[in-house]
Amino acid sequence: MTEAVIIGVGLHPFGRFPGKPALDMGADAVRLALADAGVKWPQIQGGYIGSYEVANPDAIVGRLGLTGIPLRGVFNGCATAGTAIALAARAIETGEHDLTIAIGLDKHPRGAFAADPSVAGIPSWYGQTGLFLTTHFFGMKINRYMHEHGISHETLARVASKNFGNAAMNEKAWRRTPLTPEEVLASPVLNYPLRQYMYCGPDEGAAAIVLCRADQAHKYTPTPVRVRSTALRSRKLGAFEVQSPSFPVGEVVESPTVDASRAAYELAGIGPEDVDVAQLQDTDAGSEIIHMAENGLCKDGEQERLIAEGATEIGGRLPVNTDGGLLGNGEPIGASGLRQIHEIVLQLRGTAGARQIPGTPRVGYTHLYGAPGASAVTILST
Amino acid sequence: MTTTDATRAQQPVADGLFTWPPTADRPTRLIGSECADCGLVSFPAAPDCVRCASAESRQRLLADRGTLWTYTTQDFRPPSPPYDGPETFEPYAVGYIELPGELLVEARLTEPDPRRLRIGQAMRLTLVPYTVRDDGTEVVTFAFTPDDETVGSQEATT
Ligand SMILES: [Zn+2]
Repeated sequence: MTEAVIIGVGLHPFGRFPGKPALDMGADAVRLALADAGVKWPQIQGGYIGSYEVANPDAIVGRLGLTGIPLRGVFNGCATAGTAIALAARAIETGEHDLTIAIGLDKHPRGAFAADPSVAGIPSWYGQTGLFLTTHFFGMKINRYMHEHGISHETLARVASKNFGNAAMNEKAWRRTPLTPEEVLASPVLNYPLRQYMYCGPDEGAAAIVLCRADQAHKYTPTPVRVRSTALRSRKLGAFEVQSPSFPVGEVVESPTVDASRAAYELAGIGPEDVDVAQLQDTDAGSEIIHMAENGLCKDGEQERLIAEGATEIGGRLPVNTDGGLLGNGEPIGASGLRQIHEIVLQLRGTAGARQIPGTPRVGYTHLYGAPGASAVTILST
Repeated sequence: MTTTDATRAQQPVADGLFTWPPTADRPTRLIGSECADCGLVSFPAAPDCVRCASAESRQRLLADRGTLWTYTTQDFRPPSPPYDGPETFEPYAVGYIELPGELLVEARLTEPDPRRLRIGQAMRLTLVPYTVRDDGTEVVTFAFTPDDETVGSQEATT
């Protein structure tokens, strides 16, 4: 099977852009990615595009050129971008196309998501009585995790402080004001034990990734980044997942992140010990801590020491969310995972500027998790 | 809907969620279901089994006592819709209560202070009027409350 490699990445800044439609942000990201790859839009043979807010994101061809290619809309909640990159890579691996694109774009209104529970297959009373908030799940999951594995409130604050500090070095990030752990701990509690500055917020942005066959990469770039594996998993019975009015008692069932992570490592022939830099879904500071273990990067409970030692900082042994993560960038759902890939590609090329991790990183890891219990992992290498 | 004196000013947030109205010989219980083929217990009652895909189930009243598995607080007013609580917002807590041998159920908790909640503590089912309609009707939902009686009796026996 042919291998897919990334030859171009483009990122529209994440944040608030009044008056600018999501499709225009997406088109800007695509133009950046095409320029980075040194290809023109008419050369692209097919692609996958994801969005939560835009019903027909494939309308972007009206901004880029009506070349007649198949551009398929994809959606998998917060794992949407993982699906877009996976399918764009798959189209190359199976020989369908030689040159593809993955695009994500979104433009969310301010404040927490306020959907009708019925769209998630959940009865109305769950929303009426104030249970239908995804933030509850994150508060409850880290509360139990802290109880079981000895994670402190200070560690939550250190994670948030690290990501805002990284975002301050990222000209395309949304939240660029560094905050000390003390300042994070002084912000109001929203869902115990999580505080205001421990949560990411929905915002706006776009990203695009151009891929081609590995054996043709030399035509475009001296530094292709290999897509070693992609994996997507949904929740299993018994796992504790977002938006669950109840779930069965019994043995602990692992999250879809554990399943997706194991599958991705196995497909890639790469182990957690080989990962040089990781981008993990940090919907909140607690999620980054839990996802370190669920992605095999440490054991449960080791985070307390690792984070105190600075292991996940840019100069540390395992840098996590070097571009500020979701905490620093916010979450335009369709684009979020491609923003992660964009950062890993810069890090593996050695062009991440002030955020560049030391040494010669070879393996990068990205992870998404969201409602109703879907997780996507992508492993990249030089 | 029954219109006895006791229930005239109250109505449940949804039918089929818990026994209603509560009476001395029919105390409040959550209404779940049990798969006729594999025995999986579900709440709210589900016609289709998510373990064995059977479409055969029977009603099952769930235990009214359990232990707090985890919890969090809600310190800002949730977006409306879907939330239809009062405009004047009072923070509340939510948690999962483990009903032994049945399931873990998510519910509002009557104690809003996280310092007075702890994982593993005994909890008891109750009903709370969580909002009031324009006509003055109180809308009632299920909640769990710290079961001090159980805690006390445990302490007395250990
Ligand atoms: Zn069954």
